Amino acid sequence: MKNEFQVIAELIEKEKKVLDVGCGDGILMEFLKKNKNTNIRGMEISKSKVQECIAKGLTVIEGNAEKDLKQFPDKSFDYVVLSQTLQAFLDPELVINELLRVGKKAIVTIPNFGYWKVRFHLLIKGTMPITKTLPDEWYNTPNIHMCSIKDFFSFAKSRNIKIFKSLAINNQNVSIINHSNLTIKNFFADLGIFLIEK
Amino acid sequence: MDTENNIKTLVVKKPLKLDCGKTINEFPIAYETYGLLNRKKDNAILVFHALTGDQFVTGLNPITKKDGWWSYAVGPDKAIDTKKYFIICANVIGGCMGSFGPSHEDPNTGNAFGTNFPVITINDMVNAQYNLLEHFGIDKLFSIAGGSMGGMQVLQFISNFPDKAKTVIPIACTSSHSAQNIAFNELGRQAIAADSNWKDGDYSSKDTIPNKGLAVARMAAHITYLSKKGLQEKFGRKLQEREDLKFGFDADFQIESYLRYQGSVFVDRFDANSYLYITRAMDYFDLAKQFKGNLSNAFKATKAKFFIISFTSDWLYPTQENKDIVIALNSIGADVGFVEIESDKGHDSFLLDVPDFLTALKNFLDKSYLEN
Repeated sequence: MKNEFQVIAELIEKEKKVLDVGCGDGILMEFLKKNKNTNIRGMEISKSKVQECIAKGLTVIEGNAEKDLKQFPDKSFDYVVLSQTLQAFLDPELVINELLRVGKKAIVTIPNFGYWKVRFHLLIKGTMPITKTLPDEWYNTPNIHMCSIKDFFSFAKSRNIKIFKSLAINNQNVSIINHSNLTIKNFFADLGIFLIEK
Repeated sequence: MDTENNIKTLVVKKPLKLDCGKTINEFPIAYETYGLLNRKKDNAILVFHALTGDQFVTGLNPITKKDGWWSYAVGPDKAIDTKKYFIICANVIGGCMGSFGPSHEDPNTGNAFGTNFPVITINDMVNAQYNLLEHFGIDKLFSIAGGSMGGMQVLQFISNFPDKAKTVIPIACTSSHSAQNIAFNELGRQAIAADSNWKDGDYSSKDTIPNKGLAVARMAAHITYLSKKGLQEKFGRKLQEREDLKFGFDADFQIESYLRYQGSVFVDRFDANSYLYITRAMDYFDLAKQFKGNLSNAFKATKAKFFIISFTSDWLYPTQENKDIVIALNSIGADVGFVEIESDKGHDSFLLDVPDFLTALKNFLDKSYLEN
């Protein structure tokens, strides 16, 4: 399992009710169900991924987070997880608002556009950055709203969203981000993980 | 039809009060079972049939001598595995395969009930079938499943008996029959009524059969079960055993010949009055209305695990109507999964060999059974 999922799983206490938005093939869901006795649901836009989840015995709804989160009542989950999908939405702000309405807390992860490899790629090569977490070309990437860890911090501040915990992942290393090391983490982290609440 | 020997029947002794206000007593429910009920009696699945289905889900139908209507889905190692599960299916009341229906004899007249048969509802159907649980000594079904009108019965059943099923699989259905659905059903009923052999429903005592009307009803309905793309791919403008158009009204096109054939074989196995009664029951189905307009309340009392399936090309019970059920369930935090299966076979997809559908159904059932 991805390091990112280990980190997300550690943020979630046992026996909570969790919604995994964009749950993919259900790896994180399966892990949470087995190891944390989580009451877990998933939402996924891809039919083939939904099928993979059903084959794993997971409860998944085929749907689009931008349209279909509205069916869930306020605070109906302890946690709502959104892993590396925020940048693919037409309206990321709406999605964040929905996550925070449906979940008591939300865990959002973003591929960090402030990562030094991304910066250097554009600076040196002068072409759109391609990295391990951002593997697609500009013309076929699903990512239309990229942001950096720093961007996410200022977004949260401007919208009065509380960041309980923020973590940086660089290769296998996980570290805590705070206001004093933000600039450094924004440079060295490939991925940012945020535990938020409104 | 020689039905006596091949039909298992439970005579329900308990009176059943129908939605129309009338009460029926000592009425027969015809059913069939597949597989074996295990000792814990926790492997039973109650399957509900659609408008023109019957209790013969799979294998050879002993009456029609054709494959059962859900042979693709039900059988050894199939999605609903008869090696693992005990499958029960009953003919709905109002039907014509042995359950209490309009072709049964009215003790007051000595003739068939015809249109003197009470109007029945989906609610009446499931209340009648509930007696089978007692008959088999099953406290809780492992699953209830059905497509189309079968799916409506699934929804009504879990609403009426919230703790009697662990998993619930409504397929290609709706919680409330739409104006378009009612319109198509009315077209079929009017076709039957327009047949002079219908005799206001009293055809059996007059020794006639409204075959033409029933065939037209079936032809019209059959079109609604397919998709435009599916029809176009299968038939296009292909001609029926001829080189060129004949400038007449014979079946020049293959699609015409196909529909005529569908109509003609249907009348051999189905009763015109049953068609009226069952379509009426579908039209009256509005589960939300039973709960003052709030569909969620229909499911509030159940802890069952739902799995809802729709098909992309189904325009009779489109994805949105299936999704409305998902939404109602999510709004009360119920355990519900949902998938829309890609298929160009229209509403009939649930009856056909659609691998993604059959795989999803099998995986859901088998995984849920492991968690039992």
